[in-house]
Order: sequence, then C-alpha cells, then structure tokens
Amino acid sequence: MLWAEGLRHAFNEGRVVALDDVSFNLAAGQTLAIFGPNGAGKTTLLKVLAGLIRPQAGSARVAGGRRAIGWIGHQSQLYGHLSVRENLLFWASLYGVPRAERGARATDVLARLGMTDRAEQPVWSLSRGLVQRAAIAKALIHEPRVLLLDEPFTGLDLGAAAELRALLAALRGAGRALVLTTHNVDEGAELATDVAFQLRGRFVQYAPRAGRGSAEIAEAYRRAVAGTNG
Amino acid sequence: MGELLRQTWTIARKDLLLEFRSRTAIVSAVVFTALVLTVFNFGRDPTAVSALDLAPSILWVTFTFAAMLGLNRAFQLELENQAIEGLLISPLDRRSLYWGKLLANLRSFVAVVEAVGLPLFVLFFNVPVGHVLLPLLAVMALATLGFVAVGTLFSAMVVRTRFAELMLPVLLLPFLLLPLTYAVQATARLLADRPLSEVAGWLRLLAAYDIVFLAVASWLFPYTVDE
Repeated sequence: MLWAEGLRHAFNEGRVVALDDVSFNLAAGQTLAIFGPNGAGKTTLLKVLAGLIRPQAGSARVAGGRRAIGWIGHQSQLYGHLSVRENLLFWASLYGVPRAERGARATDVLARLGMTDRAEQPVWSLSRGLVQRAAIAKALIHEPRVLLLDEPFTGLDLGAAAELRALLAALRGAGRALVLTTHNVDEGAELATDVAFQLRGRFVQYAPRAGRGSAEIAEAYRRAVAGTNG
Repeated sequence: MGELLRQTWTIARKDLLLEFRSRTAIVSAVVFTALVLTVFNFGRDPTAVSALDLAPSILWVTFTFAAMLGLNRAFQLELENQAIEGLLISPLDRRSLYWGKLLANLRSFVAVVEAVGLPLFVLFFNVPVGHVLLPLLAVMALATLGFVAVGTLFSAMVVRTRFAELMLPVLLLPFLLLPLTYAVQATARLLADRPLSEVAGWLRLLAAYDIVFLAVASWLFPYTVDE
C-alpha cells in the first residue's frame, strides 16, 4: 500500500541530512511508528510520502496516489473563519467526494469524533484539543487508505490522546495503513505493528514490533539514541 | 477539464466566503482607495493642471496600489494553520488553485474596489463618464484581468518568503508598467472624448497582455507552489 525505496534528502546544501537511505513498505492494516528526536527527519519523511517534498534520491509511492492519503500534523490545515462543517465540505469537494455524499460523510465523521454539537462553530473559536479532533475529521472525510500522522498527540490532554489512540486502532483494524511519527515512545508504541528509530535521517532500527511492550521499545530507543550520540 | 473547473470553483468559493466572513482585504482596499482619491483631490492645484489631465493617472495608480493590498492577502490566508500544505497534499490540480485564486481576486477587486473607486473618482474630479461608461468598463476589465493574472502568480511566489508584503510590490510593479500605461492612455482618450478608434489599439494591447500573461502564469504557477 505504501513503498519507500532509498530515500535521501538534505537541506542547507547537504549540510543537514534529513533522510539517509530510508526504505520500507507497509501493507493494509499495518502501522509503522517512527520514533526519533527533534530534527531526526521524521516530518521530512512524511512530507516526502505525501508528495510535498521531492526527495533528492529514491522514490516513494502510495497506492491510489494523493487521493488515498490522509494527513494529520502539527497544524490543523483548517480555515479559522469557516465552521467545522464548512471546512469538511470544502476538503471533501477537493478530494472528489460526490456532492450527494458530502453532507452525510461530514455528519458521520463528526459523530465518530464526538463533535456533532460543534459542527457549526467556526474553527477559530475551538480549543486546541477540539481543533485537533476537527483536523482528524478533515483527514478522514475522504476515507483515505493511508494515514500520515506527524506528532498527532501534541497538545492533546490524556483523555483526548487515549480517544485518538482508540480511533487510530479502529482505523488500522479497518484495513488502513498508518505511518506515525513521534518522539514519545509511550504514545505510539501500543499502536504499532512495525517500529523504526530514525536518527539523523537514517532508520537505525526497523523491525516488526513482535510483541514487544512500550517499556521494551523505549529502552531499545534510549540505547539507540545513546549509541548514536556516543 | 470538468474536474479542473469544479476544483477552480471550489477554491474561489472558499476564498470569497472567507473574505466575506473576515472582510480583511476588501475593507482595507476600499478604505485605501477612498483615502488616496481624497488625498489626491485635496492635494492638487486645480488651477495648475486640469483634472482631465491628471485623472487617468490618479485613477490607475490608485487601483494599482489597492490591488496590492488584496493580492497580498490572496495566499496569506492559506498560511493560517498551514492550509497550503493540505491543498498541496490533496489531488487538487495546481492550475485550479491558480484559477480559483484569480477568480476570487477578480471578484474582490472588480466588484468592490473598482465599484467604489469609480464613483468616488467621478465625484472628486468632476469627470463625467456616463457617455463613455461601456468602453471605460472594458478598459477596467481588461487592465484588471492583467493585474490580477500576474499578481496572483507573484502573490504565490512571495507568500512563504520573509517580508512578503514588501516583496510583492517590488516584484510585481515592473510587470504592471505595460498594462498601467495602456490603461492610462485608453482612459485619457475616453475622458477627452476622442473617437473610439483611438482607444481600440490600447484595448487590443491590453487583451494581448492578458492572454500572454494568463497563459504564462497558469503554466508557471505549479512550479511556484511545489517545494
């Protein structure tokens, strides 16, 4: 469903390496959790997968192209002066959802995220947590087969983060492929079917989770970071 | 083609709705237009130069700088919450983004700024335009299309740069010299009651400028928004 082969990318005329020979593939129902410190190149990787950045070497492909991608990132990508529903209808239209289905899709996704009573509120009037939920609704409105999640738990309280984890688990169960980046192992480990540690642009470890718990993955991550820094 | 038009309309409709809700660009451009015309009205010596000689230049300089305000805003609203990234990830055809922004800019600029500016211009400069209204509207439509065609492209180019509001006029004004000259020449002849045959040449030049720059901008636009 998602293939990346030999991705390389650097900024500042090659001085800052963001991607260094990154390769992986992901099938339906799999979740790749990528852990790495700030500046490791996680966001660059997601932007390459989404087609926002053209890599300097290698290639990435998503089955179904842009239409199959849903994106949840640091920023909501929503228009503050439009209501939540207006935003969803706009993005549904851009993704080619048939006009007759847009309203029902928006109603459905808002209900799944517990935002039915906020549908007509302008985005600027929502709290950070609610904006993040609206951003998730936006990412799901066209029923993408691949979800790219860049630090999706940032700014969420414990309850909202748990709800988001449950939602993502349900999406994975429904056959979506998820790529999740975070610097917090506890947040992402339990969702993952595959785990990668990205340091200075490189996947220093990439393996199936294979029953490892959060604590075990966190310990392996700490060792990897210490090894790279040392 | 149908998909291109549908996406174009989706972008234009969203921009117009946002502008209607926030009124940021339109209000500032209209206030600017009114203020500049007022300043020119009181700042000139009517005994030194006749209103008829000054009026075409004043009208078009005012419209040009008012357009800058609106054009600056066109892509800045996409920076809010990084909506621009959402647009670029989506299957939106980049040309639809350009044409949608162009439509929204035209609507804001033509419908509001010029609709307010022209009556104020007539009022302040006491220049009757009733008898040449149709050809004058044709000049305004063609010149505005040229301004907005180039301005929408440059607005996208500078939006992610530092000092975007300064960069836009610096980059854009040299490209507006031609349509500005054509529009001033055509307007001067219309206001002086010269025969329409004298205006036709300037109108053709404006139309040629529009065709060339619409084509070039539409072709170049995808390269300006992709990283």
